[in-house]
Amino acid sequence: MRAFVSVALAVTWRGIHNAFTNPSILVPSLLFPLFFFTAFAGGLSRVSDVPGFDYPAGYTAFQFVFVFLQSAAFGGIFNGFAIARDFESGFSRRLLLAAPRRTGIIAGYAIVALVRWAATASIVFSIALLSGMKVLGDPDELLALILLGLLLNVAAVLWAAGIAMRFRTLQAGPLMQVPVFLTLFLAPVYVPLDLLNGWIHTVASVNPATFLLEAGRGLFSGQPTEVGVAFAIALGGVALLTVWAVRGLKSAESAG
Amino acid sequence: MSGSPLLLQVGYLARRSVLRTLRQPMNVVPSFVFPLILLAVNVGGLQSAARIPGFPAASYLDFALAFTFLQGALFATTNAGTDLARDIQTGFLNRLALTPMRSAALLLGQLAGVIALALIQATLYLTVGLIAGVRPETGVAGVFLIVFLGLLIALAFGAIGAFLALRTGSGEAIQALFPLFFVFLFLSSMNLPRNLIEIEWFRTVATINPVSYLIEGIRSLIITGWDVQALLLGFGLAAGIAVVALTAASVALEGRLARS
Repeated sequence: MRAFVSVALAVTWRGIHNAFTNPSILVPSLLFPLFFFTAFAGGLSRVSDVPGFDYPAGYTAFQFVFVFLQSAAFGGIFNGFAIARDFESGFSRRLLLAAPRRTGIIAGYAIVALVRWAATASIVFSIALLSGMKVLGDPDELLALILLGLLLNVAAVLWAAGIAMRFRTLQAGPLMQVPVFLTLFLAPVYVPLDLLNGWIHTVASVNPATFLLEAGRGLFSGQPTEVGVAFAIALGGVALLTVWAVRGLKSAESAG
Repeated sequence: MSGSPLLLQVGYLARRSVLRTLRQPMNVVPSFVFPLILLAVNVGGLQSAARIPGFPAASYLDFALAFTFLQGALFATTNAGTDLARDIQTGFLNRLALTPMRSAALLLGQLAGVIALALIQATLYLTVGLIAGVRPETGVAGVFLIVFLGLLIALAFGAIGAFLALRTGSGEAIQALFPLFFVFLFLSSMNLPRNLIEIEWFRTVATINPVSYLIEGIRSLIITGWDVQALLLGFGLAAGIAVVALTAASVALEGRLARS
């Protein structure tokens, strides 16, 4: 256990140092959620006039929850790029040789993703509040939303780590991003599920991201809904993707 | 090549540019697929926006189709820029500077690949739109004009990509600028008409943003009919951006050739 912790902490320190001292790594992960929040909440606020749109906290809050969870997912994916870069530079090979407990490497990368997302989420939340966003959920409900985001962040970094450790190149970046991007955008991003029609309603109804999004929006507006299902999905996702990432690590070990 | 007319020089480089563009599926395929994916997602998610009082189209698909052309042109920017930057990094441009090749030929030839790609994109987007039920208000003539405006926009954006490549000489720098261009696209009237954008500062930004008028030029041909003002603004701005970017790229090219 001690070896696991020491490896995890070493990877964490290095990852945080790299992320927060290199603007080309930090800035995109900060700007993307802000940009989406601005474009969606600012440009589409009139969508709240669509008959049947009844989200009590308003359109800005409706979009904030999406951007909050999206930033959690993409925070994890961005860290997958860092893992791939470490393999390309040869650092990971040396790390695999030196680490007494290699699963600590995955834990370290996951902690880095959490720290990076914490910074991003704080900034996005502050700006959303400054823009006049209404928060109707109580502190417990907001805490539950944050926990949901944390689980999503961990699930995303485990997914990306699994890819990065299998392919060991930045060229696998689209494989990390595209499935997550599609899963998130095939959920009810712009309007509630009830207002979607046709194929996208069918897809969104079975999309796991829909449950996370609906639960998050319910918590944020003080009207919790499907919270248990959302946490079950998030925890199940973390469990499955832990196996995926550890197998990826084994693949990287086998490749030498 | 000595004494060759400009057109012959352009032809050689255009052939190279077109072949190089079409031989890179990793560059070409996303420029076809991503705009259509985003179109599908946006239309699915925002179909109910067509029920907002004052919305100018009966179907959100009719309204949104124009945006795919702009997104395709954005890929043209990065493709043109990245290819030219690669020519700089590999020394191709330096070797070319030793020949009697005129700089205008180099630039126009380079952009031929962008135009070829944009033509395929425009045909694909329109075909998908027509299959999905879009019926442009301006008929067959309007379809040709949509393609023409799409090509002009791709030329303008491609020239910006070429200028940036000549200034930076780095493909990585061009790729890094992609998100910045994306911001321009999103802070426009891509999702809702400007008069329906409720947040004042956003409406102001969308009004200042030339991208709004490029989208509205194409969109007017699909949902409005022959809207002279929208067309003049669309074509005028696209041509203006193309002229400014080509001029800037020419100056940057002269400077780079003088240094090499």
